[in-house]
Amino acid sequence: MPPCYNAAVSSVRGNKLAAFDEMRDPSGALRPAYQNLDTWLSATPKEEFDRFRSEADLLFRRLGITFTVYGSGTTERLIPFDIIPRVLAAAEWAHLRVGLEQRVRAMNLFLADVYQDREIIRAGIIPADLVLANKAFRPEAAGVIPPRGTYVHVAGIDIVRTGENDFYVLEDNLRTPSGVSYMLENRVIMMRLFPELFAQNHIAPVDHYPEELLNTLRAVSPNADPTVVVLTPGPENSAYFEHAFLAEQMGIELVEGQDLFVANGFVYMRTPAGPQRVDVIYRRVDDDFLDPLALRQDSLLGVPGLLSVYRSGRVALANAIGTGVADDKAVYAFVPDIVRFYLREEPILKNVPTYLCRRPDDLKYVLANLPELVVKEVHGSGGYGMLIGPAATKAQIAEFRERLTAAPEGYIAQPTLALSTCPTFVKRGIAPRHVDLRPFVLTSDQVRIVPGGLTRVALEKGSLVVNSSQGGGTKDTWVLEA
Amino acid sequence: MLSRTADNLYWLGRYFERAENTARMLDVAHRSALISRKDVAAADWGSVLAISGTAQGFAARHGRTDARAVITYMAFDADNHSGIAACLRRARENGRALRGSITSEMWECLNETWLTMQSKTYEDVIASGVSPFFDWVKERSHLFRGVTFGTMLRDDCYNFLRLGTFLERADNTARLLDVKYHMLLPRPDAVGGVVDFYQWAALLRSVSALRAYKRLFREAILPRRVAELLILREDMPRSLRASFREIDVLFGELRQRYHTDYECFRLAGEIYAKLRYGRMEEIFEVGLHEFLTDFIRRTGVLGKQISDDFQLAA
Repeated sequence: MPPCYNAAVSSVRGNKLAAFDEMRDPSGALRPAYQNLDTWLSATPKEEFDRFRSEADLLFRRLGITFTVYGSGTTERLIPFDIIPRVLAAAEWAHLRVGLEQRVRAMNLFLADVYQDREIIRAGIIPADLVLANKAFRPEAAGVIPPRGTYVHVAGIDIVRTGENDFYVLEDNLRTPSGVSYMLENRVIMMRLFPELFAQNHIAPVDHYPEELLNTLRAVSPNADPTVVVLTPGPENSAYFEHAFLAEQMGIELVEGQDLFVANGFVYMRTPAGPQRVDVIYRRVDDDFLDPLALRQDSLLGVPGLLSVYRSGRVALANAIGTGVADDKAVYAFVPDIVRFYLREEPILKNVPTYLCRRPDDLKYVLANLPELVVKEVHGSGGYGMLIGPAATKAQIAEFRERLTAAPEGYIAQPTLALSTCPTFVKRGIAPRHVDLRPFVLTSDQVRIVPGGLTRVALEKGSLVVNSSQGGGTKDTWVLEA
Repeated sequence: MLSRTADNLYWLGRYFERAENTARMLDVAHRSALISRKDVAAADWGSVLAISGTAQGFAARHGRTDARAVITYMAFDADNHSGIAACLRRARENGRALRGSITSEMWECLNETWLTMQSKTYEDVIASGVSPFFDWVKERSHLFRGVTFGTMLRDDCYNFLRLGTFLERADNTARLLDVKYHMLLPRPDAVGGVVDFYQWAALLRSVSALRAYKRLFREAILPRRVAELLILREDMPRSLRASFREIDVLFGELRQRYHTDYECFRLAGEIYAKLRYGRMEEIFEVGLHEFLTDFIRRTGVLGKQISDDFQLAA
């Protein structure tokens, strides 16, 4: 899985805060959702688990579920898979589900507003420059109303947990979020390895995700009986496996820029039988690279003229162009207000308290408390370019102090969260490791969310960095049915 | 289907078939060399290079033409386009780009073949015997073909995959026959000799045709008969005619599917007509070598036309 978003953060110094253990309460008693899993864990000898783990490894390799690591040529690597699932109780998921739906609904309304009337700016809820001077704001998208008013057809919302009822959104990924293929393949592998576990537990299925995705995409087509394609940057991309996987699962073409062309105001793909019209493009190519005529001219990944067809409504893009303006880390701080403004509801999911270093008071506080905080670049991702105060050296803190003073608007800061832990296989047996969760929210004619998401786990003891590019692994995520 | 997908399928078919044929050629060279004098053995190994058109590339890397050098070059050298390792890698790369168009069983077969091939070295192969290694390559190719047959939707994807397979096979069989036939033409002093029989038998075995020969002709191995079997017999699956019959059938399906008459259909029809209605006597009148050279050239032209007609290389 590609380094697609920021890591949550770090261990807590001096044991002031204990991480929330999702399996056991502080007295050591099992939480109900983990009852069956615990029975299985204690009944299975360690050697057996070792065998299962190497079997899982073999399956992943055989299925070719690998990701490409940037900067390492064409190296394909396996993401470590932990065979102990992460379990969410039905009620926990129900809470997350409504919260996710609410949040993504608000984000779509926000995007429609900033690309049309900009009421939220006029109402003074969010500073104009934060939106309009944002690198991810796309003037090309202004005035275009995408089908069904949907901008974010596929959202990956990163959730962390710090307590029984404390779920926080750490990050919204509204551009081309990845990871869903691991959610699906993890389940396939688990069902192959442990069919009896699925017989004993009532686990909500996830394997209809590709069907839901296709329904979501078809619903934004300008035509009946549409041709839908997945647009990938190509095999060099770190998430290429996922692009291919989703195209295969949906039974649609996986295209590269070179396979498409624009003629007579429509988009076509090259086929041996001649040109075929394309109606919906699920694109996994970033905005910048979509159309060398309108955007980055040096892009070889895009389709010349695509944007003009998009603007005329003769092809739908999912996600729409310009969604990045809603998911940077400075706008993140305003999401609760965005929810209130458009929906007149209180946000169901919590935001991590966020200090905007562009505000003088916030900056003052951040500079005074750097060793306690996590500092992130507003436009950064993948766990790069961030400071984890509690784990940083004096030199690193000094460096960030300089960077913050020089360009405060480029940074935000958040308190260090004690991410919840789940039992995980490590060299010496089973031990608690920190996890996060990325559920995927699909939006068009309706909102569709398959139960669960991708759980990522930091395999190093005490580490909170769950990014696969930095040693993170994944787990199957079980939502128990009520 | 995308033109690029058709391209990937076509080359996947060609590369896997080429890997199999290279293994077959190496196996026959190995078996021949075992019963040959030393100087003849070198010629056996050299013939592998002649058939695959890799003599030059080989000379640039190796000195003597012996078992070690030829097997290393033809089986393990990743830069040799006709080599088994390179073919299996390219087959897998093409397959990787095709995850949406081939079944997961086909992909697993490709991926596992490549992974296993990666872990093999010349030393391993020598230690466990070269023939088992060649058998393994053939088996993987058989498995892939079987998995394809058993799981793949019969749409144009299937047509393009098969097109690659049979075009490659026709070309390879023609090359094999051209080189071996002239190497093995009986010398006055060796007519009917024991070695001679084994050499011809090895050639037939390399295309899985020894038993077929015996069943069909029930007589000693005659070079003319061998040529007939591998060129004009429609019931011999690796013959030129059988390969082109398959191409003819699948082009017929593509013609119906696409409602277009492409130039490549005509070229293939022309080649097939020669094989279907030709006689051995005429071929020998022209000269077998001349006939095969012309056939290989025409097959090459057909390959180019296929790329043009279907816009395979975008």
